[in-house]
Amino acid sequence: MKMTLTAIRVSVTLMLLCGLMYPLITTGLAQALFPKQANGSLIQSGDVVIGSELLAQSVTSPKLFHPRASAAKYDPTASAGSNRAVASDDYVKEIKEQIAELKKDNPTLKDIPSDLVTASGSGFDPDLSPEAAKAQILRISKTTGIAERQIEQLVDSLTQSRQLGIFGEPRVNVLALNMALLKQAKL
Amino acid sequence: MGMGFVQVTITLVIILALVKPVGSYLVKVFDYERTGLDRIFGPFERAVYRIMGVRDKEAMGWKQYLGAMLLSNFVMLILMYLVLRLQKYLPLNPDGIDNMPSAQAFNTAVSFITNTNWQSYSGENALSYLSQMLAVTFPMFTSAATGFAVAVAFIRGLIGHQDNLGNFYVDITRAIIRVFLPLSLIVALFLVFQGVPQTMQGAVEASTLEGAKQTITRGLVASLESIKHIGTNGGGWFGTNAAHPFENPTPLTNLVHIVCMMLLPTSLVYAFGLMIKNKKQGWAVFAAMGFIFLVMLATVFVAEYHGVTALTSAGVNGNMEGKEVRFGISESALFTAATTAATTGSVNNMLESLTPMGGFVALAEMMLNNVFGGKGVGLLNGLLYLILSIFICGLMVGRTPEFLGKKIEGKEVKLASIALLIHPVIILAPTALALFRPESIASISNSGMHGLSEVLYAFTSGAANNGSAFAGLNADTNFYNVGIGLVMLVGRYISIIAMLAIAGSLAAKRVVPVTTGTLRTNTPLFTGIFIMIIVVIGALTFFPALALGPIAEHLAMPH
Repeated sequence: MKMTLTAIRVSVTLMLLCGLMYPLITTGLAQALFPKQANGSLIQSGDVVIGSELLAQSVTSPKLFHPRASAAKYDPTASAGSNRAVASDDYVKEIKEQIAELKKDNPTLKDIPSDLVTASGSGFDPDLSPEAAKAQILRISKTTGIAERQIEQLVDSLTQSRQLGIFGEPRVNVLALNMALLKQAKL
Repeated sequence: MGMGFVQVTITLVIILALVKPVGSYLVKVFDYERTGLDRIFGPFERAVYRIMGVRDKEAMGWKQYLGAMLLSNFVMLILMYLVLRLQKYLPLNPDGIDNMPSAQAFNTAVSFITNTNWQSYSGENALSYLSQMLAVTFPMFTSAATGFAVAVAFIRGLIGHQDNLGNFYVDITRAIIRVFLPLSLIVALFLVFQGVPQTMQGAVEASTLEGAKQTITRGLVASLESIKHIGTNGGGWFGTNAAHPFENPTPLTNLVHIVCMMLLPTSLVYAFGLMIKNKKQGWAVFAAMGFIFLVMLATVFVAEYHGVTALTSAGVNGNMEGKEVRFGISESALFTAATTAATTGSVNNMLESLTPMGGFVALAEMMLNNVFGGKGVGLLNGLLYLILSIFICGLMVGRTPEFLGKKIEGKEVKLASIALLIHPVIILAPTALALFRPESIASISNSGMHGLSEVLYAFTSGAANNGSAFAGLNADTNFYNVGIGLVMLVGRYISIIAMLAIAGSLAAKRVVPVTTGTLRTNTPLFTGIFIMIIVVIGALTFFPALALGPIAEHLAMPH
């Protein structure tokens, strides 16, 4: 009986310490030190929230950069990866169709940027590889009338290199890219 | 691939550099003699002991130690289950989440108390903020501390002279207050700095560039994320875990996640060497585990860079399905090898979409279950194999096997065999059962060999208390919720019970002096035999299942 009582007291004490005090203290410090990040790195235009820097959103217009495919349909209330089996004939067939689609916009493309024909892990990959962004320039230039050179410069200027020069891969944030494009084109 | 290799190497060097200092620190944490740490943590700990009603000087024999562990884990399990079942009526539920159904709540509560972190739900639509705190973040601390405590108790048994394994409550309190809490707080703040949310506010409605609605879910993510990796827990706030940009926004957070999950499992092996006053023995075990880890890492690394042959010829380089651009292939491969070695189970890419050999690595590491392994328990599994290796070598040279001067006899080998055999049984039997039932086959999302891997992976992950998934499987059915729940319980507690029994039995034994005839267990030769025995036992047990799943799939890969 005494053993049980101790076990209950230990459990409740640790629950309050680790499950309540610790996250609340962390929240207080985080909100004081890094309020923007702590609230989800939101991008606002006036009072309206446009999105989060860190989450891809659905883009269908041919005039804008498209993010990677999302098995979650870009809905953050139900994150998901595609969970496709990559070594299957079905999958290979589908990707080859995607490649054919891509080549319609871009007939001279030889090295296919693999991120552009595959679904992301989270469903909200905010980035494209610079190659995947550049593979879309021809389409955007045709539909908007902005010179290819100009769009390419935009991609280059927004490309982030590896963190500390070592970690991760070079990438460009799609939402930032589209906002810059809209600003430039006054679409 | 070149830069990828550099990144992986630097990460491994960082982990190696931390092994000694952190290992030495761990020894101090669990040293009951007065140390410098008492000055800092002592007053706080004494206050906590008073509230808990724990007499910290009270020593426990193996049965008492085990009793305290099981009883307190059971109480926590009940508390967590209640929170999940009642979350709708409790505070801190800004997104208005409903109560969790009973089978899923059982699965979830068991999953977190056993340090598995298997999730048949997605946090962003199934848990209130309070549940994320009390039924997820809280057990992430205590389950990791429990694993730690049991490992330390076992080592005390190895070197002790009587059945006194320490005090369970003191051990978990020390692990939490001297290691987990301070480290988690610092790491959490770094994660927020890099972009991980930490807020009490509910989801926010965004109006996208094209005028569509996007509901941005968030929460107290960073405080969960830090202990998730430090405690090798692995359960994410969001469904897609550390692939989600809110859990893992940058390559630097990815680095921190990997270092955190490897930090304590690797250091504990060194601490083991220090505690038994035989550093060479610690390094011998470390070398064996490290060797298997590197082979596995190289396999998944090469497999993912190679990708699917049929697509490579169409101009696509490597396999990016289910991976994130900011991590690329190398960081995804490293994360995969680390998370299934350290039995963390978090993922930064979708494991189901790995190439067949990439998926093989994840499965195989969980099947071996001792390549560093989760907090404490991984070391225990490693020592289990060590005892077996000593026994087998002892038979070969015709001497009574002994380890650290203690004779390994029938009782210890029987207990070790039980702990060892239970692992394949609870993987292969339920997998076979699931494949008999058309209802459970209906949960499989990919057909053929890959479908077999989905089910095999689910039970392997549960048995190894890993928690990662081939996430295409719909595991939210009563069969999988209850089945995997039971597998997690057996996988966690049977081996712990057996190991503590061995500790109790060894502790009571007389130390035999070392002679020239003693089998030396810290030599390169013995380490080689140790690796062989791990691989041979693992291969003999699981090869048929692996051959039907990932290996067959690899051989049938489209060209």
